Amino acid sequence: MVETPDIQRGNGQKSDMSADTDPARVDAWFDREVLPLEALLMQYLEHNWRNRSDLPDLRQEVYVRVYQAALENIPEKPRQFLIATARNLLIDRVRHEQVIPIESAADLETLGVAVDTPGPERIVMARDELRRLQAALDRLAPRVREVVVLARIEGLGRSEIAQRLSISEVTVSSYLTQGICALADILHGEPSNIRRST
Amino acid sequence: MSARNIEAQAAEWIERRHFGQWSEEDQSQLDIWLAEAIAHRVAYVRLNSSWQRTGRLAALRGAAPEMPGGLSPQQGRHSFRFLPRLAAGLAIVAAVSTYYMLHNNTTTYATTVGGREILSLADGSQIELNTDTILRVSNRTGTREVWLDKGEAYFRIVHDAAHPFVVTAQGRRIVDLGTEFTVRRESDRLQISVVEGRVRMEEGANKSPVLAAGDSAIATGSALSISRKDTRAISSDLAWRRGMIMFDNITLGEAAAEFNRYNRTQIVVDPAAAHMKVAGTFPINGVKGFSDLTRHVLGLRVETRGQEIIISR
Repeated sequence: MVETPDIQRGNGQKSDMSADTDPARVDAWFDREVLPLEALLMQYLEHNWRNRSDLPDLRQEVYVRVYQAALENIPEKPRQFLIATARNLLIDRVRHEQVIPIESAADLETLGVAVDTPGPERIVMARDELRRLQAALDRLAPRVREVVVLARIEGLGRSEIAQRLSISEVTVSSYLTQGICALADILHGEPSNIRRST
Repeated sequence: MSARNIEAQAAEWIERRHFGQWSEEDQSQLDIWLAEAIAHRVAYVRLNSSWQRTGRLAALRGAAPEMPGGLSPQQGRHSFRFLPRLAAGLAIVAAVSTYYMLHNNTTTYATTVGGREILSLADGSQIELNTDTILRVSNRTGTREVWLDKGEAYFRIVHDAAHPFVVTAQGRRIVDLGTEFTVRRESDRLQISVVEGRVRMEEGANKSPVLAAGDSAIATGSALSISRKDTRAISSDLAWRRGMIMFDNITLGEAAAEFNRYNRTQIVVDPAAAHMKVAGTFPINGVKGFSDLTRHVLGLRVETRGQEIIISR
């Protein structure tokens, strides 16, 4: 069972929705509310954990805890819930490993994150999705990029791509899986997803 | 198992599902894998989410492969931002956004045929614009008001009783009462479907019906009719948010019209075939797949002439 993060407990900010055990609904919530916060989460983890090679595992563990909690009850304030979960995880790790990798006090203020209600009714961000996606493509390894472009822009299938580039279909698959992983890191991890307090 | 290993597995599933032969057996294998551990499910949802997003790149098909970099249309309070017409490329975006400065009190957002855009408002609300849509947002502080001038948008509004969120379309006012809903304009017809919560339609002094989740209102001229839709019908109406079109037993003519909203290639259905019923789920740019299917499954003739696909008996 997941420990309820302090913020959640302290302010009683649970939604009054009853037990919500429909995974499809949780998937949708997770996709809509949590994944856009990934840049924030990674920033928080990087800031508070020395060993960078642990980050993917930490991220996964945070997501698992958040998802598990959401199966019980969808958190009303995903931003606070996510960061509180991350903080609890880091504390658990420190206790467990008897090491002290936390460099500074884990507080939200240091990140300049708006945790309160957002400011005036002003559009702070219109996601120019296409431009962002193109920028993401540019960050892929050249061969991976080429394959992803053929798949996503040209709409080609595996065998067509293989023919076009004179490589085997197995190789195409491997580039595609690499692309799928890399794009997740780039697109979810983009700092521009963070809404800062103004 | 390490996060990276799980990710690699999840990526393989997604790759196979999109590019391989996908059978029911594969699906049940995937379901088993997903159920094995929450870490599996989370990795899959995460990778799938970003991969689905890249589907929007299809809008660049036919555009020059190398886009000029460093484009950043002005984002001032009064700027007009325009997303690229399918083949026009991004270069035009910068030009248009610089030249069109309209409406002092509103900011205009537009999508082109096949486009889709999410606007995030400072209050946490989100508006998702569907294909070929024009939406204006009020810049006046203290008000939350938008005008849907064309097309369709999905609203996920953070409710604030003190500052009601108002959508105006075809002279009708739709006021949020804490909710998610869609508004779609088509020539003289306006359709409002409520997914969650409630909205109020302000139809005049003594007439302001409240629509609840599952309600769908169709307004034509001065007439307004409200009906209930089941979850399935609503989710098929919203399939565009995932880049899909869902047909549940509609006529071929209606299906063609739906595809034509999203694509420059237009499907023309011969009246003799237009009444045939179709069902299924397609990517919004899947015109070719769809027309091929009508040939194979319905035995119709499919002919491509320039930008038109003609389907006849």
